[in-house]
Amino acid sequence: MRKVPAEQVKKSVKEALIRMNHHLDDSLLTAFRKARDKERREVSKSILDDLIENQEIAKQGVFPLCQDTGMVVMFVEIGHELTMDYSLEDVLNQGVKEAYEEGFLRKSVVKHPFRRENTSDNTPAIVHFKHVMGDQLRIKIAAKGAGSENMSKVGILKPSDGAEGVKKMVRNAIEEAGGRPCPPIIVGIGLGGNLEKSALLAKEALFRDLDDESDDEDIRQLERELYKEINALDIGPMGVGGETTCLAVKINTYPMHIASLPVAINIQCHASRHEEVIL
Amino acid sequence: MKRLTPPISEKSLESLQAGEKVFITGTVYTARDQAHIRLVDEKRPPFDLRGSIIYYVGPTPAKEGQIVGSSGPTSSYRMDELAVPLMERGVKVMIGKGDRSEDFHKAMLLNKSVYLIATGGAAALLASKIKSRKLLAYEELGPEAVYELQVEDFPCFVAYDLHGNSIFRRASG
Ligand code: SF4
Repeated sequence: MRKVPAEQVKKSVKEALIRMNHHLDDSLLTAFRKARDKERREVSKSILDDLIENQEIAKQGVFPLCQDTGMVVMFVEIGHELTMDYSLEDVLNQGVKEAYEEGFLRKSVVKHPFRRENTSDNTPAIVHFKHVMGDQLRIKIAAKGAGSENMSKVGILKPSDGAEGVKKMVRNAIEEAGGRPCPPIIVGIGLGGNLEKSALLAKEALFRDLDDESDDEDIRQLERELYKEINALDIGPMGVGGETTCLAVKINTYPMHIASLPVAINIQCHASRHEEVIL
Repeated sequence: MKRLTPPISEKSLESLQAGEKVFITGTVYTARDQAHIRLVDEKRPPFDLRGSIIYYVGPTPAKEGQIVGSSGPTSSYRMDELAVPLMERGVKVMIGKGDRSEDFHKAMLLNKSVYLIATGGAAALLASKIKSRKLLAYEELGPEAVYELQVEDFPCFVAYDLHGNSIFRRASG
């Protein structure tokens, strides 16, 4: 049996959140630069230039990348050899609280659907646990803004709708969202499971590396085709038209009932703040 | 390079073309969801609406010694309805992100106002163009309170101009 001290968990979560709100992954920056060079119109180029310059300023550690520093989502894998004498969820939330208070991040969580009183420390996070073999604690953390989350969709198609049905649903969702989710976007798609499982798959797909492709041949094909089709929509950076609407399409799948084809689309804005910590 | 300096006259907006970059220098007021609800009901608003520029923003908290935290635009469509009575009372320029409803667009043209976008998510860059900040009203709204900002070369793009053109590839709505 192995023990992971609560303090270590809290500190890792806190540091990861502060870090991700100031630094974008290098792969994203490379993608911004490539996208910039592909654009033909001045306005589309200029927006991508803003994003590159924004990252330069943010990484100095004074200003977070975006004012919407997100609501926190975590996927946690707990190895079977670990023991804990504390509530892991409480400790994770404590890390969130300290990150948002001490890191001067915006508290964007309200308590009630209608009364909308701020919880003042950006908790609670949305945490998903999985029990796995091993002695590690893996925490995948995202700070997810509302602009892109609000444009997400879940629907249950008929099995006979197939890949074409999925594509149509995805294209429609992206068209409808237009410039609102701050394109260039990353599109996470969950295929299979049921209502809530598909949504989880879509969210978890957003954690995959930017250049990662599915191992499954059909799914890889679908990822590539959707990437092309979405970029042909001419929504472009911030919706002003252009070559790059999405930087990547990631599809995760799970077995499902013989009678259904659940589809979830989770949109991630260009301020893609994700990190994985392993303890 | 086009520049805008408030207070904004109708004339200064005439030459603006959708898609073009403009830099703002001068006073800009912040207001978003909750502040809009309050502003429309105010008999005496906390600032002179005539010729004013409103920026839809809810910044991150400022660190000690800092003027303002990160300050990128929020989605404008949520303010579409409440923006109309404010334009009727003289607001000339709104800055946000994303497209807006057809009703908003019509009312905007009728009132001879314009809609600009700033690059969504470029909040660190935009904050670096804010030179001072003063709390004007609704402190209890936290990041949604109304502030008076002094900005310098604040970069925006003309989204809807006075001539009915739009920066967005698809029609508004
Ligand atoms: S959608 Fe993303 S980049 Fe745009 S304002 Fe929201 S968090 Fe920031």
